[in-house]
Amino acid sequence: MPTLSAGPPVISARQLSKHYGDFKAVDGISFEVPAGESFGLLGPNGAGKSTTMRMIGGVSQRTSGDLTIMGLDPEEHGPEVRAHLGVVPQQDNLDEELRVRDNLLVYGRYFGLPMSYLRPKADELLEFAQLTEKASAKVDALSGGMKRRLTIARSLINEPKILLLDEPTTGLDPQARHILWDRLFRLKESGVTLILTTHYMDEAEQLCDRLVVVDKGRIMAEGSPAQLIREHSTREVLELRFGSERNTTVAAELQGIGARLEPLPDRVLIYAQDGEAALEQVISRGLRPITSLVRRSSLEDVFLRLTGRSLVD
Amino acid sequence: MSVHLTAQDYALEGSRRPLAALYSRNARAVIARGLLATRSSNWLVMVSGFFEPVLYLVSMGVGLGALVGSVEGPNGEPISYAAYIAPALLAVSAMNGAVYDSTWNVFFKMNFAKLYQGMLYTSLGPLDVAIGEIFLALLRGAMYATGFTAVMALMGLITTPVALLMIPASVVIAFGFASFGMGITSFMKTFQQMEWVNFVMLPMFLFSATFYPLSVYPQGVQWFIQALPLWHGVELLRQISIASFTPAAAVHLSYFLVMIAVGMLLTTLRLRKLFLK
Repeated sequence: MPTLSAGPPVISARQLSKHYGDFKAVDGISFEVPAGESFGLLGPNGAGKSTTMRMIGGVSQRTSGDLTIMGLDPEEHGPEVRAHLGVVPQQDNLDEELRVRDNLLVYGRYFGLPMSYLRPKADELLEFAQLTEKASAKVDALSGGMKRRLTIARSLINEPKILLLDEPTTGLDPQARHILWDRLFRLKESGVTLILTTHYMDEAEQLCDRLVVVDKGRIMAEGSPAQLIREHSTREVLELRFGSERNTTVAAELQGIGARLEPLPDRVLIYAQDGEAALEQVISRGLRPITSLVRRSSLEDVFLRLTGRSLVD
Repeated sequence: MSVHLTAQDYALEGSRRPLAALYSRNARAVIARGLLATRSSNWLVMVSGFFEPVLYLVSMGVGLGALVGSVEGPNGEPISYAAYIAPALLAVSAMNGAVYDSTWNVFFKMNFAKLYQGMLYTSLGPLDVAIGEIFLALLRGAMYATGFTAVMALMGLITTPVALLMIPASVVIAFGFASFGMGITSFMKTFQQMEWVNFVMLPMFLFSATFYPLSVYPQGVQWFIQALPLWHGVELLRQISIASFTPAAAVHLSYFLVMIAVGMLLTTLRLRKLFLK
């Protein structure tokens, strides 16, 4: 979309920091997001992703650094910036005292939108969230997945230009995740900028044009998913399991196979351009893994490489 | 969304309006939400708030009043004990309702129900939320005051139409406490700290000339009580209840007008600390 990316970045963060006392939740991160891009923040829990999202929304004050959203500082122009933002927080914060449809209508009123716009819009969004039959149900009567869908529907009530999604599919079943991904993809096609945090690799690979890997409040790497995998991992990975007792001891005997070796408590990873060839070498050394698996490198491997830890721990 | 966004759609012009960072002139959306929520779920809580001062009035005014008999009213004339404490109980009820709404209620909605978290991710600013919540608290206070005044009338404790002014006056009292309470809540981080609020309120309720005149105290204690807001509220409503005013009434009213101004200023200055952590 050349017309969009030609303009100035819609989000620009420079040396953005947020400290809580001595704890540096976000520690000097810089990034730019052009209009219409789908940008991901990838990292484990506590990496500072949600804090960054909150600063973008202008609901958390930064300790230092610069941040502009569509050219405005969200701390100085919070209401104006948020008029064009849709937010899906990590934890659903639906209004438990209101019914399902009222949640959408009242939320729309917070944006100052007229009821003549909101009534049909609410019905359309209920349809999208597959909650039409639950329109007059109480929120606490909804299942976890339904609440998540309602939160996502609610974030679209003002037709946002930038959609902030903090772990959007956590708690959704696989089918619901794919429906959501499809919907997000369509929003992206219509020019909406997506900012999402996730610790799901497949989600990041599916949705993000570009992402930053964040750990302990700092950016470890930046690029498209394919680029990151190319730069920080090999093409393939051989996963071997020798039983939890033996994984680490066997690792010594595997030295020299593939480009790199990563012994984990439950398995040993061998990074190689050709996984099958690596497996043959393992067998030829007389080692008999209980299970073996050759797969493509993923962002999980990138993360492991950059931080020495796995994402979901 | 069928229309494709263009680069122009992403260029915002910042407003130069004062308080643009904190206020979007849409407190009515917060008020509308509060009314809708009250209608659908928590009207029972509201009813219980009405009965509390009524129960005090019945037990103390009627029960204790049978022992006390009549006492000296604000104008020196004897009045029944129930008529003496009723305006004081109304002032206490205005204080309690306003403080509860602006401290515990705000603290809970902020930190546990996450209601404000949702609101503040919209065009609403913290000042919209604060104004909306204070308005709702005052509306509720006005309803309680009306109900309590009606009970007073039923008990024969109202002798002049001027007494109806107790209703707007208790809203002014509630406004003073609510604006201050919200500012104070911005300093609170835990439930333990919130208990301090009760620690201040209970003695103020018991000792602010609510159940007996201030003259029973030594001079130093009198000065201390007179510095506290509730005493001014009690005295103001007591004078209104029998339409007998001294120049002090203007002082009492001014006390609350200043309290509202200072409280709103404090709350506005502390909004970022309260809502944008």
